[in-house]
Amino acid sequence: MEAISKSVKKMDHDAKVSGQALYVDDIIMDDMLYGKMLRSTKAKARIKNITLPNISAGYFVVDKNDVPGENKIHVVEEDMPVFPVDTVEYVGDPILMVVGPDKKEIGKILSEIVVDYEELEPVFDVRKSDVSFFHYNYAKGDVDKAFEEADRIITETFETGHQEQAYLETNGLIAYPHDGRMTVRGSMQCPYYVFGAVAKAIGYDKKDIQIIQDVTGGGFGGKEDYPSILACQLAVAAIKANKPVKYVFERREDIEFTSKRHPSICTYKAAIKNGRVTGMDIDVTYNSGAYTTLTNVVLQRGIIGASGVYNITNLRVTGDAKKTNTVPNGAMRGFGAPQTFFAIEMMMLHIAKELGVDSLKFKEQHMVKQGDATSTSGQFHFHVPLPEMVERADQLSDFRKKRELYKNQTGRYRKGIGISLVYHGCGFTGSGERDFIKAVARLKKNADDTVEILISITDMGQGAKTTFSKIVADTLGISIDKVIFANPDTDRVPDSGPTVASRSLMVVGQLIKRAAEKLKVQWKSGEEQMIEEHYVHPDFLIPFDINTFHGDAYPTYSWSVNVIELEVDTLTATTNVLGAWGVYDVGTPLDLNILHGQMQGGFLQSIGYASMEQINYNEKGIIRNNSFSDYIIPTSMDVPNMVTDIIEVPYIEGPYGAKGAGELPNVGPAPAYIDALENALENRINHIPYTQEDTMKYLQEVAK
Amino acid sequence: MIKFILNGEEVTSNANPNERLLDVLRNEFRLTGAKCGCKEGECGACSVILNEKLVNSCMVAMGSIEGSTVMTIEGYSKTDRFTVLENAYAAVSAVQCGFCIPGMMLASERILAENPNPTEEDIRRGISGNLCRCTGYNAIVEAIGIAAKEGKGLW
Repeated sequence: MEAISKSVKKMDHDAKVSGQALYVDDIIMDDMLYGKMLRSTKAKARIKNITLPNISAGYFVVDKNDVPGENKIHVVEEDMPVFPVDTVEYVGDPILMVVGPDKKEIGKILSEIVVDYEELEPVFDVRKSDVSFFHYNYAKGDVDKAFEEADRIITETFETGHQEQAYLETNGLIAYPHDGRMTVRGSMQCPYYVFGAVAKAIGYDKKDIQIIQDVTGGGFGGKEDYPSILACQLAVAAIKANKPVKYVFERREDIEFTSKRHPSICTYKAAIKNGRVTGMDIDVTYNSGAYTTLTNVVLQRGIIGASGVYNITNLRVTGDAKKTNTVPNGAMRGFGAPQTFFAIEMMMLHIAKELGVDSLKFKEQHMVKQGDATSTSGQFHFHVPLPEMVERADQLSDFRKKRELYKNQTGRYRKGIGISLVYHGCGFTGSGERDFIKAVARLKKNADDTVEILISITDMGQGAKTTFSKIVADTLGISIDKVIFANPDTDRVPDSGPTVASRSLMVVGQLIKRAAEKLKVQWKSGEEQMIEEHYVHPDFLIPFDINTFHGDAYPTYSWSVNVIELEVDTLTATTNVLGAWGVYDVGTPLDLNILHGQMQGGFLQSIGYASMEQINYNEKGIIRNNSFSDYIIPTSMDVPNMVTDIIEVPYIEGPYGAKGAGELPNVGPAPAYIDALENALENRINHIPYTQEDTMKYLQEVAK
Repeated sequence: MIKFILNGEEVTSNANPNERLLDVLRNEFRLTGAKCGCKEGECGACSVILNEKLVNSCMVAMGSIEGSTVMTIEGYSKTDRFTVLENAYAAVSAVQCGFCIPGMMLASERILAENPNPTEEDIRRGISGNLCRCTGYNAIVEAIGIAAKEGKGLW
């Protein structure tokens, strides 16, 4: 174990454990007003007229006419307006905001506003959508020839559902005008995303925009794009009211109207010859919802991962993101990868079953290794530790033995065990870091010889404050309590990019490491010093072209093998997870406790994704389950026996050898869970979530 | 006027009897350690100890607490038991985003108060009303187990 891996007390521990940490809902400013949206009740409609009641003094109605800059929210594209102009595109589209000092009075005003809609035909079923927001395709090898020469062709379609991030702290921000400037503060992952979006919407010079992150109660992607949207709306309101305006979502509003993981439909066609997969033709469709938000980047990651950890030499992949009149989907931990990795893992499993061969052996025969081409004709430049990870997972879980043991069970209780093999591409897809992000990081040494980390990376619970501080303390050889890492404030920190894509430590951590190394050489006790570092693109990469999807989509990969063992009660259709084992390679751990905590948290989220978390829309396009009473996430009782284990393959370009970690645990558990369920039920499953109701339906079918 | 004991001190509130204890704690007394995660008794982020029982303060009407004893994280954090617990949480880095943590600490306190030697099953059951989306619960369960050992005699 490297010295840096040894855990320390987390930098944010004391404030959080004692209840002293201030989240945005805990902050009250003088003269502060509250905001609340009037949201569309129609999935698609033209707004003919809006009738307002008498508005008492001190209250404001804020809408499209109040947007001083461009009525566009900059995410990647700019198709989402700050407030809708003529039409609403989903149930929840924010038509206007009522702002004022008393929440009850705001509610009264909202209830008295009459919106006259001309209803238009909405599209809810992604299969029926003829609006493709994004269409991509790529290929390598000779796919047609592989299918011509195949002795067997197997085709199957897989579906995955929405997943709500379900951070415990809902989305919330405060916007306040002062001295000709606009400040927005609150719960967010990416201060500079918010910065750019607000500048555009209110038309202020960038020097007059300030964004401050407050203690953030979980993100999981749900605070990547959404804060930009809310910030634009709130900044417009704050200008109109000329007072601070706070908006903290209630849970139901948050579940119903903020972004989620994209549902997917993936059709896989495999050419088989002599017991091996010789080609794959894959069609991926993601349901974008009503606006594009981050969908193009999500879809890119999804289709790049479509062949999973397997070396498929003849490969064709098509990806579409289609519009439906539902809440816009966005980022969630894994960012497009969990959908296609579920599909490829199930496809490989089902091919093995069709061929009557052992599925793990079959997967092992197709696994990539160092030097192999990636799906996009890049290269796996570094050691691929899957073989030893499979062995470790087998040791921990006794997978191979149990798999045999659980064949042909009868009786009420039936056990199953499943396995999945996945990777996660570390950092932004393609040359995003070099071409768009261009990260900058600073270290400021104060006269008292304390050292401050100045970066825009946010700690939302994942431990960034601690791991970054450890890098600085260790490199400089100073005590960690001499290192300061305050919540980012765009007035004070440069743009080091967003806190997403498992990039923070690998990319910005490396900049901070380099800055600390320089500072160490230049150190002058008692003096102020500033060191600035800029992103440098690794030179070993095969350049990635986003138009042809050719080259190294990622500099390196994190790997994971997951095993899940469960027991189904065939009378009640309940499933109990008996054991869950995850083996991970994320390079050198920068703090073992933090790393295990990340892996375990993601593991449980992904088991929820596979088994219980679902969003149901009614025929009017309204989400039926918008609370924690009916959108169910795992509790402490659901997976009591979870074991996480680490294998280290250090990465030359990462600080101390660290690679991306945060998203990896969300990629693999879902297919392992379904593999286990198939093992127990002896059925074929092609969708998640596969809930207790699904199991019951299946058991009733069999009983017929 | 509603009188009750808050973190060891007698206080009075002018709140309506139908107001939520959570809102009164946060707004009137400015004790913001209790968090609002759902406002319908599902997530446990607003947990406080009311008359020796763990409750979701969003589900408690002010009219029902006359003469009761309420302990929030602000009061609990001044106790020796808290120190043992928070050290255990720190040792295994059980705090991630922190939003569930004040409630989780008070749930931990009640588990140990009711049974100083809980099994893992007891611990998991004891925090099953407190949702955490970050940790997968392992570290929290482990921390409570460590506190039970380290805090012998305190509970």
